[in-house]
Amino acid sequence: MIRFTKRARLLSALVLVIAALSGCERSVLEPAGPVGEGDRIVLLDSLAIMLAIVIPTIVAILAFAYWFRASNTRAQYLPNWDYSGRLELIVWSIPALVVFFLGGIAWISAHLLDPAEPLKSKAEPLQVEVVSLDWKWLFIYPQQNLASVNRMVVPAGVPLDLKITSASVFNVFFVPELGSEIYSMYGMTTRLNLQADRPGVYFGLSAHFSGDGFPGMAFDVQAVSPEQFTAWAAATRGRGPVLDDAAYRSLLKQSQDVSPYTYRAVQDGLFEEIVGQKLPPGEGPQTTQTAAAASTVMAQRQR
Amino acid sequence: MFGKLTWQAIPFGQPIPFAAGAFVVLGMAAVLIWVAAKGYIPYLWREWITSVDHKRIGIMYCLLAAVMLLRGFSDALMMRSQQAMAFHAAGYLPPEHYDQIFSAHGTIMIFFVAMPFVIGLMNFAVPLQLGVRDVAFPTLNSVGFWLTAAGALLVNISLVVGEFARTGWLPFPPLSELTYSPGVGVDYYLWAIQISGVGTLMTGINFVTTILKIRAPGMSYMRMPIFCWTALASNLLIVAAFPILTATLGMLLLDRYAGFHFFTNEAGGNAMMFMNLIWAWGHPEVYILVLPAFGVFSEVVSTFSGKPLFGRRSMIVATMAICILSYSVWLHHFFTMGAGGDVNGVFGIASMIIAVPTGVKIFNWLFTMYGGRIRFNSAMLWAVGFMVTFVIGGMTGVLLASPAADFVLHNSLFLVAHFHNVIIGAVLFGAFAGYTYWFPKAFGFSLDERLGKAAFWCWLVGFYVAFVPLYVVGLEGMTRRMQHYDRPEWYPWLLVAGVGALIILCGIALQIAQLWVSIRGRERRREPTGDPWDGRSLEWSTSSPPPAFNFAVLPQVTNDDPYWAIKQRARAIGHPVTAEPEYSAIEMPRNSATGFVTAFFAVVTGFSLIWQIWWAVILGLIGAYVTFVVFAWRDIHEIEIPAEEVARIDRANRAARAAALHGEPAR
Repeated sequence: MIRFTKRARLLSALVLVIAALSGCERSVLEPAGPVGEGDRIVLLDSLAIMLAIVIPTIVAILAFAYWFRASNTRAQYLPNWDYSGRLELIVWSIPALVVFFLGGIAWISAHLLDPAEPLKSKAEPLQVEVVSLDWKWLFIYPQQNLASVNRMVVPAGVPLDLKITSASVFNVFFVPELGSEIYSMYGMTTRLNLQADRPGVYFGLSAHFSGDGFPGMAFDVQAVSPEQFTAWAAATRGRGPVLDDAAYRSLLKQSQDVSPYTYRAVQDGLFEEIVGQKLPPGEGPQTTQTAAAASTVMAQRQR
Repeated sequence: MFGKLTWQAIPFGQPIPFAAGAFVVLGMAAVLIWVAAKGYIPYLWREWITSVDHKRIGIMYCLLAAVMLLRGFSDALMMRSQQAMAFHAAGYLPPEHYDQIFSAHGTIMIFFVAMPFVIGLMNFAVPLQLGVRDVAFPTLNSVGFWLTAAGALLVNISLVVGEFARTGWLPFPPLSELTYSPGVGVDYYLWAIQISGVGTLMTGINFVTTILKIRAPGMSYMRMPIFCWTALASNLLIVAAFPILTATLGMLLLDRYAGFHFFTNEAGGNAMMFMNLIWAWGHPEVYILVLPAFGVFSEVVSTFSGKPLFGRRSMIVATMAICILSYSVWLHHFFTMGAGGDVNGVFGIASMIIAVPTGVKIFNWLFTMYGGRIRFNSAMLWAVGFMVTFVIGGMTGVLLASPAADFVLHNSLFLVAHFHNVIIGAVLFGAFAGYTYWFPKAFGFSLDERLGKAAFWCWLVGFYVAFVPLYVVGLEGMTRRMQHYDRPEWYPWLLVAGVGALIILCGIALQIAQLWVSIRGRERRREPTGDPWDGRSLEWSTSSPPPAFNFAVLPQVTNDDPYWAIKQRARAIGHPVTAEPEYSAIEMPRNSATGFVTAFFAVVTGFSLIWQIWWAVILGLIGAYVTFVVFAWRDIHEIEIPAEEVARIDRANRAARAAALHGEPAR
């Protein structure tokens, strides 16, 4: 992936006050994979370049404001001084140069870290098809012919080739410690390549508001050793329901805070049918009258 | 008969919304009864509601913004307290309320606080600074204001009748489509914004025309005060951007009301188009708000430093560069939609380029202070606080403009912290600076400085305590709009952020106290000369409050800081420069109820459209049209202020100024 000099990294680590503040045990600044690492370097380097100009500017603002206060008789008063060609040149060049550097970094990293770009690795990538539903995540493993809800078990050290879509409204697939996020959209596929370098449990969430059940769209990414992953796949194949047309349609109903579970098999080409709009979109909330009736029942019960 | 409207729309069974709604209704009723009992209604009707005076309209805009700030801030307090409680718990606000609250907070703060505040300041100050008597279309101005107020009223009606949108401050489809949001909440949002959006567009047209066509003799473009330049840029943006908003929301309305499918999941709709269109308005909107704030700071820094603005031409070039560049960056709001390296890269760099003119502005204010004699009035404190805060907000903004960094920060609380950093740090601080700066001009007495400074420090400290934690939790992966969460590392930061909101609450309380104390002590605080800050531009050359006609004789402008130059010459020779002019009668536009009546029918139409009461929709539309026809067929549209009256007002002002001139030592 991206390589930047060690010194730049050190410098950026030094200047990043916020990182020190947060302890950042679980943050995008402590990534567990190459993509997150790349994102982090871009973030820190850009920040370091800007702080080099922002800190002196803030100091100058406060210093000028203090020194040129009206009560300071030693400060020179220049009531008509309003132009200096030399200063103007500096004033325009400093931000221009900074933006020149930052723009270079932005351009290069936007290409190197393009979420759709496959990761370089000797290992064969694991394909996962991700579907956001109201309000849970469905992970389909086409190679293993399995599926799971709200938990993605993956082998550590193996690239993940994710195809992402939505069954209803927009969501964003995001695992902060693994790096880049991407939208899930009905009728469309987005691509995301990630990798967990070491085993662990990484929290995932939706990063785009999707309705009342949105905060419950949390999921786990469990990165395990490749052997454990094979064992998990074998065990999963032996239990649980099958994800066929009917089972999928029941997922289209809105539900909140769903606990993780698995499907032992998946109907062929289900993901393509979802993306190709052969299956209907999420059905949305039930009518308000039902909801009103439900709340009346609740009120009566409380009495 | 009443469409979808039934008694179920009023939340009798839900204590929190019901109490909030009842509080607002009772509060408004109490104010109305008090006003009626005191017999103020004829006065209000004559002097304010039907007024087409740009100064009065400007003040009403600011008042609307202040009231709505209280509403939007109570939403903020509820969000902060919910998130402080909702760690591994449900908190006290269920999702269906919480979602309405953050949607209302954003909608109100942008459309009904920030917009009216900057438009109010422009309304008040621009014609005075240009040295003219009114805007190009005075009655249109009044209509624009009242339509904005109509939109604000609809948003607040949703508190009591029905519900507000639960889709965020921008109603992204497909979530905002009928399938996923069948209630009236999104309709409230859409009609409120459509109605107020028309009002804003009218303001834009009015001010572009005013600034381009109506200026005092001798005021060339390059001599216009920077605030007028920023107002011009802002209104050009309004004229070009608001139609996009109206069209986009119009498409969503067609989807919801008429079964169209612009943005639906079915039948070939594409919600990505909504994202593109709404941000093609949304990003210029950011500059519509912030450019006038930059203008205020330019005036304040220059006045309180006792110096002309450094690099005036640079400032103008920078302003107009931002005006144009702001249209080329909208895609940075959704780098994470998978557009690919080239597209993301181009928009990333374009976004960063805006930082160049913005940085230039910061340096120009910096060098304006250099060699100055800075008086730390609270307006100047807001300016210095802004400069420091805005530099930080700008930096995090450029960070987000880098696609790869945005890939882990998009929609996180880091983003939320960033845009509050610039909107509070620049727009709101700018509005407060302008409020402090022009208050004595508007009312003839100044605001209490001690309370003003205390309010500033509460806001500044409160802002950092509230939003630095959000930067941190954003880096920890926390996304916005979470009604509950279970990440332990977020929890302490959200508690701190809650404390920050309370400190800001103290700031707001102090501002209310400041206004109260200043009004009570107004006789003591009178400002007879009309020039309390030793000002530089033309608004300070007339009395405070200015007469309806602003200037008895239109000023002759011969340089960049016209009033400063006049004063310098007067100080040199020891008496006012100009001899008493020959007064003549002045024609001013007549008051008109058109704005108020149109807005009344707009509320009727909007409300009936939301609840689908079709007969009332038709009545409302007919009413609005009839109002327009009545206005268009009026015979007398100006009143004449006789020359003696003009002379009487102006002589008093000249005498006060001459006295002040003799009273002060020549500087």
